[in-house]
Amino acid sequence: MADIQNYTLNFGPQHPAAHGVLRLVLELDGEVVVRADPHIGLLHRATEKLAEQKTWLQSVPYMDRLDYTSMLVNEHPYVMAIEKLLGIEVPLRAQYIRVMFDEITRIHNHLLSIGTQALDVGAMTMVLYTFREREDIIDILEATTGARMHGAYYRPGGVYRDLPDRMPRYEVNKFKNAKTVKELNAAREGSLLDFVEDFADRFPGNCDDYETLLTDNRIWKQRLVDIGIVSPERALQLGFTGPMLRGSGIEWDLRRKQPYEVYEHLEFDIPVGVNGDCYDRYLVRMEEMRQSSRIIKQCVAWLRQHPGPVITDNHKVAPPSREKMKGSMEELIHHFKLFTEGIHVPAGEVYAGIEHAKGEFGVYLISDGANKPYRMKLRSAAFTHLSAMDEMARGHMIADAVTIIGTMDIVFGDVDR
Amino acid sequence: MGAMVQYLQPLFGEAWPLVWTLLKIIGIILPLLICVAYLTFWERKVIGWMQVRIGPNRVGPWGLLQPIADGMKLVFKEIIVPTKASKGLYFIGPAMAFATALAAWAVVPFSDGYVLANINAGVLYLLAMTSVGIYGVIISGWASNSKYAFYGAMRSAAQMVSYEIAMGFALVCVLMVSSSLNLTEIVRGQGRGMFAGMGLGILSWNWLPLLPMFVIYLVSGIAETNRAPFDVVEGESEIVAGHMVEYSGMAFAMFFLGEYANMILVSVMTSIFFLGGWLSPVGFLPDSFLWLAAKACFILFLFLWFRATFPRYRYDQIMRLGWKVFVPLCMFWLLLVGVWMMSPLSIWK
Repeated sequence: MADIQNYTLNFGPQHPAAHGVLRLVLELDGEVVVRADPHIGLLHRATEKLAEQKTWLQSVPYMDRLDYTSMLVNEHPYVMAIEKLLGIEVPLRAQYIRVMFDEITRIHNHLLSIGTQALDVGAMTMVLYTFREREDIIDILEATTGARMHGAYYRPGGVYRDLPDRMPRYEVNKFKNAKTVKELNAAREGSLLDFVEDFADRFPGNCDDYETLLTDNRIWKQRLVDIGIVSPERALQLGFTGPMLRGSGIEWDLRRKQPYEVYEHLEFDIPVGVNGDCYDRYLVRMEEMRQSSRIIKQCVAWLRQHPGPVITDNHKVAPPSREKMKGSMEELIHHFKLFTEGIHVPAGEVYAGIEHAKGEFGVYLISDGANKPYRMKLRSAAFTHLSAMDEMARGHMIADAVTIIGTMDIVFGDVDR
Repeated sequence: MGAMVQYLQPLFGEAWPLVWTLLKIIGIILPLLICVAYLTFWERKVIGWMQVRIGPNRVGPWGLLQPIADGMKLVFKEIIVPTKASKGLYFIGPAMAFATALAAWAVVPFSDGYVLANINAGVLYLLAMTSVGIYGVIISGWASNSKYAFYGAMRSAAQMVSYEIAMGFALVCVLMVSSSLNLTEIVRGQGRGMFAGMGLGILSWNWLPLLPMFVIYLVSGIAETNRAPFDVVEGESEIVAGHMVEYSGMAFAMFFLGEYANMILVSVMTSIFFLGGWLSPVGFLPDSFLWLAAKACFILFLFLWFRATFPRYRYDQIMRLGWKVFVPLCMFWLLLVGVWMMSPLSIWK
């Protein structure tokens, strides 16, 4: 008999299902994956090294660009780490704003994750439905931060500015008549908080739409159930966090286990899976989106009643207002020092981790007292998850490998950094 | 028409039958290609509406010239042949896929008597032609010398062959009840029956007594034409485009046109076998070609609707559906129909 060799397939880096630039070397026996070897590094941008050459503040926008599907939440551990080193208090209003945007970006991340996973599994309508809601989120970010994606909104000591009182509206033009514009502006008549609340109110209904398309769909279930099973023990050993860990049935959520900001005052549930397969992880993500909209509603209710400062008044860290700066010598000096040298952070080491949409996202900082970090290390969840690719894909078919890439919810800005 | 024939016939003399057939072929293929072009447009529009998009609306009024623009683009694009491709086979592949998709139309009766070749074994010819089309896919997948294309070829060999069997069995039931292999006869047979006498022809068509076979034929038809949710041969997100991955320009367009011509063919065939072809659903309206067109359009719409709704099956799940569900069900129903026909309760006397 002839010697039958396995077939090696180069999956990516240019592949519709590679979620960016994943190069996966698949060793196949027929259609069955014998070995899956992920090659990473094609999107390496040396963020950690770059941070060593920038002042503390200048690295904030780099954080957005790590996991570009959940932008603002990436900034959170970075500014939290700096705050820990500085030992400063963040105004409560800023904490609520941060939590609200963390949850908004969590929804944004899960919308993309579920949408693209469905697209990879062949249900292409899903991604367009989820992008419809994503558009609202992007509008919220634009109204608040000025940028549609990379907000650079969080600051050591708070957030850059307070929420706007007016939501930008559509205007009549060549392509949109008055009636269309009126419909589009229905939710935009009030302030940003009104728009966010309206979004949080209708979003669970949108989730129902997605579930109608997918959850009980026989083909969707056939494609996801019992694919890429990870046992709870193995999930812990592999260092999984986030929906990947909760999908395996372990109730671990930093928002509950190590509460940061104001999460201890908020009500929400942590969904967990049972079987640890792709379908459970899909359900966990679906439920997390509903829980996130619950948290957003609570934040909106609090923020409406509690106006106040959104950034610390310690002018060694945060700039003074323009008005004060123009009138007072001391404030002028503060302003000048902050925008030439930047913040000086006391020497020390610190780790700050948060519950990112993908899992635990942490920043480890070493400061030598200068105006820039001595060393920064980022801990991203997707990198850890991707390292389990071989174990999860082994014995499944090519089509399942695609499903598994989708369920891992990897983004290469985050994996390669 | 008659006057034109009388005028033209003496001009060609002996060669007339050949010329006349050629004219008829052009008369079928030209409208067919236009239908294919606008089916792509209609697909993009329908799926766009289902996906909260607008669809093409830039080229010409309401985007109506979009398919023409696409065609022009493909014609003028360079056909790149991979270095290690098998040159001859590389070009035979798309030609076979396209040519068979067109050739199958020879036996399609558009209305009573309007058929290019009214042959006795029309159904067999049809099955033969669609089977040969699969070789186009397999050859191109092999000749491209690409791993992705090769996977596409392997998948199509397995998938299309197994659904051909289910499809064939479903058709055997139709042949039994109409006791003819001639497509015109099959349609005429559906015009007879208890309900047809009452003016409700729609209930006399084959779809009602052979309902499971109708469903199987339709689903197998979707699988035969590589449409979602059975599009593993192309498998956009798995094997990128399968057998078409190395093709560009007109060579790719041939596959594309062939696929859409096959879609129209399957819809027309489903209408002919199960939905009474050109017959009118109710007694007080005349039979017409328009009925066939309307029925085919409805089935084409189903194709598009499925594509916008369902995720893709996995390759082994398709095999399981074909062999473990459809084939046994077909055999059982075949037996049932046989017994039914022999029993005094037979409605096909």
